[in-house]
Amino acid sequence: MDSNKNFVVGIFEDEDVLLHAVEHTREKGLKIHEVYSPFPVHGLDEALGYKRSRLPIAAFLFGMTGTSLALLMQIWMLGYDWPMIIGGKNHASLPPFIPVTFEMTVLLAAFGMVGTFFIASDMKPYKWPRQFDIRSTDDKHVMAIDLATNKMSKEEISALLKSQGASEVNEKNF
Amino acid sequence: MQVTSSIREPLITGGKTIRDVSEDISRQVEGKPTQLWWIAMGISLVALAFGFYCLCTLLWEGVGVWGLNKTVGWAWDITNFVWWVGIGHAGTLISAILLLFRQKWRMSINRAAEAMTIFAVICAATFPFAHMGRLWLGFYWVFPLPNTWGSLWANFNSPLLWDVFAISTYFSVSLVFWYMGLIPDFAVIRDRAVRQGHKLRANIYNALSFGWDGAARTWSRYESVALILAGLSTPLVLSVHTIVSMDFATSVVPGWHATIFPPYFVAGAIFSGFAMVLTLLIITRKVFKLEDYITIYHIELMNIVIIITGSIVGIAYITEFFIAWYGQVPAEQYAFFNRMQGPYWWAYWSMMTCNVISPQLFWFKKIRTNIVATFILSIIVNIGMWFERFVIIVTSIHRDYVPSSWSMFHPTIYDMGEYIFTFGLFFSAFLLFAKFFPVINMAEVKSIIKSSSEQKH
Repeated sequence: MDSNKNFVVGIFEDEDVLLHAVEHTREKGLKIHEVYSPFPVHGLDEALGYKRSRLPIAAFLFGMTGTSLALLMQIWMLGYDWPMIIGGKNHASLPPFIPVTFEMTVLLAAFGMVGTFFIASDMKPYKWPRQFDIRSTDDKHVMAIDLATNKMSKEEISALLKSQGASEVNEKNF
Repeated sequence: MQVTSSIREPLITGGKTIRDVSEDISRQVEGKPTQLWWIAMGISLVALAFGFYCLCTLLWEGVGVWGLNKTVGWAWDITNFVWWVGIGHAGTLISAILLLFRQKWRMSINRAAEAMTIFAVICAATFPFAHMGRLWLGFYWVFPLPNTWGSLWANFNSPLLWDVFAISTYFSVSLVFWYMGLIPDFAVIRDRAVRQGHKLRANIYNALSFGWDGAARTWSRYESVALILAGLSTPLVLSVHTIVSMDFATSVVPGWHATIFPPYFVAGAIFSGFAMVLTLLIITRKVFKLEDYITIYHIELMNIVIIITGSIVGIAYITEFFIAWYGQVPAEQYAFFNRMQGPYWWAYWSMMTCNVISPQLFWFKKIRTNIVATFILSIIVNIGMWFERFVIIVTSIHRDYVPSSWSMFHPTIYDMGEYIFTFGLFFSAFLLFAKFFPVINMAEVKSIIKSSSEQKH
């Protein structure tokens, strides 16, 4: 084995085997760098100990920004900047402003949240991701373990992953 | 470790493995387009070119080239606009509302349905823009932009302005929703291209996938984004056709001035949208050999949605008549009498036959599980829905309060040309999508392979 390799990579075929493996290896004190899957595996984020995403909060704040901007815009434009009587109604009455306010709320919440998602996940069109195994977008679940953050030796980790149902254990250097 | 449920029909047939999913769906993106694809593309481009000529003539000469007159100031343009917007309702309904209801059968059809939504909304948007005549000024009329008339701002009390905001928001949010779904699938094609040694393709699809890595942390965030987007899109999709219906319902024209319009238009939109999804998917599954992913069971479920929404539309038609009689307003009563027995009786009865009677055939299991019957009925439904909008728009205004100004509407070649333009646009965009983008959401289908697919025997 090449001693320069700093990641141990376990390949799993089945999502349920993977989930058990994640739970058991973490109980044994192994720190998992990250798991890569071709599709979202239910319960994997809890098994890995990830906290719930705070993106819904971002969406709410962006949505409220949309609501306030839309209301301010309409009230200022039709109520103060150029008041006109249209159909004998008040210059700035709330009910006809609701549809545009609703649409602006949805628009800002959606775009703000998706923008935040790209920033939080550090995703850009010109960036190539770090791939431990290229099959992780096809049909394999890939568990990457950083040797630097673990006390166990390469061989011990390898044996542990195999005992937990990994179909292959490889090494990778970054 | 495959589990087959004994009470639910499998959603994916043919004993597919996860690897088969990547292979079957990516194959059409990687290969050369078939002869059939080129023929279809050729026809679409001819339609697009002819329509473009008509559109240019319209912009050069003015709206006078259409068959509009003093009495009928809104006809095919708004009919086509509402028709396309209605079709554009199925995609986001399938992906958002069915996601919130945890309906797994959406997974094979949501990608193509959302693509259809986006193209249908683009087609719809061409009509109001063309109708403005002077496109270059249109932006000042519909968006609140500072201008040299004051600034004299757009009128936020007008449902037409609400419509601008509703449709542009709907388009943008649907586009984002659709694109978010595509990101993991672009990464699948990227990684296959890396393995096959296609450098250029790998780079293009990596850029399209924003460097997707499939990490558990990314998936966790991604899932909450999808859920919130679905939650936002659900009221959005219902608001869009509600606001479209208010273009009519807030006026005082007999036949338009009805509080039933919002729910009735939304049901009609879902009805026509599902019909168009069926028309397109029946062709797509055949051409790309996706019979194992889009099964008869999927088609049957969509047909059930068509029966429900078609029946809601039927009840709405009857309710309108009842209220016209019960309300005892002579102008309103005449408007409905004129629909049924006036000079446009043929449009009214085509609408009734296509929309109310024909979908009832889907009560028979033999018909709703038959591909040919479904294909024909899905087209009939959309013909009916076009007539519905024509009936509502033209027959309500062609005989107004002043009998001396009663008139008929005769479409010109330019009215038809613009409609043909949108067909060219829609089908060429859909064909490009079907060639370059994965037509089925691979990541979602992979996640149900274990629980909802048929076991290999």
